[in-house]
Amino acid sequence: MADTMHFDLVSPERRLDSYEAREVRLPGAEGQFTAMPDHAPVITTLRPGLVVVTAADGAVKSYAVTGGFAEITQGGTAVLAERAYTATADNKAEVEAHLEAARRKADEAPEEHRDAAHLLVDDLVQLIEDMV
Amino acid sequence: MPSLKDLKNRINSVKSTRKITKAMQMVAAAKLRRAQEAAEAARPYAERMETVVGGLARAVKGSESAPKLLAGTGSDQRHLLVVMTAERGLCGGFNTSIVKLARQHAERLKGEGKTVHIMTVGRKGRDQLKRFQPDTLGDDHVDLSGVKRLGYEDALSIAQGILGRFDEGEFDVATIFYARFQSVISQEPTAQRIIPADFDDTGDEAERAGTLTDYEPSEESVLADLLPRAVATQIFTALLENAASEQGARMSAMDNATRNAGDMIDDLTLEYNRTRQAAITTELIEIISGAEAL
Repeated sequence: MADTMHFDLVSPERRLDSYEAREVRLPGAEGQFTAMPDHAPVITTLRPGLVVVTAADGAVKSYAVTGGFAEITQGGTAVLAERAYTATADNKAEVEAHLEAARRKADEAPEEHRDAAHLLVDDLVQLIEDMV
Repeated sequence: MPSLKDLKNRINSVKSTRKITKAMQMVAAAKLRRAQEAAEAARPYAERMETVVGGLARAVKGSESAPKLLAGTGSDQRHLLVVMTAERGLCGGFNTSIVKLARQHAERLKGEGKTVHIMTVGRKGRDQLKRFQPDTLGDDHVDLSGVKRLGYEDALSIAQGILGRFDEGEFDVATIFYARFQSVISQEPTAQRIIPADFDDTGDEAERAGTLTDYEPSEESVLADLLPRAVATQIFTALLENAASEQGARMSAMDNATRNAGDMIDDLTLEYNRTRQAAITTELIEIISGAEAL
């Protein structure tokens, strides 16, 4: 069994990061899960949250994503996020701006989408707390 | 016959024109490099998006629950044409060729008795279409003149506008028009259908994507989530290609202009020298004949 797999973090504008990783923790639509090498192929949408990657040398890096999707294949894990930041306190402001927009949207959302919109807001609040 | 002074003035004015076109060419070359880099950097996302959505689309296609963005509204009566052009001119046939393609498309659809509505991105295309298609041109216009560096946000807001109108049921089919960048001397005007989504049915990939991939929460909901993103991504790619094409077209147009100005300066200089020589000869004849008369 392979020890590492390839990890890609891609935004629409450019490839943000790409290296070998031991495991990747993802905020999946149906709950958090960790992808390790030789994980069964999955495509999942992501909620706002932290993507935590353990690199081949053991270094841990975390990224804040505000949504997107992840593709796990034989070759590795690719995270396609519309926006991703390194999860440090410096970048909190950026996510907070996003939260403001989401709040406004949630208030205006029609009845049937309101729950989903509020869930998104909650996820973002949690994400900001997690960013240290 | 223009006087020496007139010729001198004209040479000077052509020289300053040449300086300007030369500068514009160099600026375009620098911008082209940046635009190409941006297009290059955006490729991984777009490619993955296309494989994933393409694979999913093939899996879901034909099923009853396929989302409207993929299956269409069931009619193709009302068309939305999104014409993307530059904000500025002086780039050869770049804007004209995109507009021409869109116009042909619009005429053909109209000939088939369909309703056509045009939306423009970029001022130049709008100006041209105003002349040719005043009746189909709506008020929808996206102004990118203030945008220094194209970002995904720009594409996203265009996409949201289009998707919002699709949800309201304003049109059945949306097509984008832009120029695909091939090289500095060649940019190919392209029409691409974005709604309903259009994916190549290549057998190999269909099989590969279909192999045992799990979708969470479900195929339909992943697809419903991804399709709007795919639309935005396609628009973003088109915008980036367009930006690179524009700079490429401007670069070669300005290169031509610089060369033409050089030729013109040579011709004018020749004429200037001839005229000067003729003037000197006349003066000499006058002096000599004056001396002889004494």
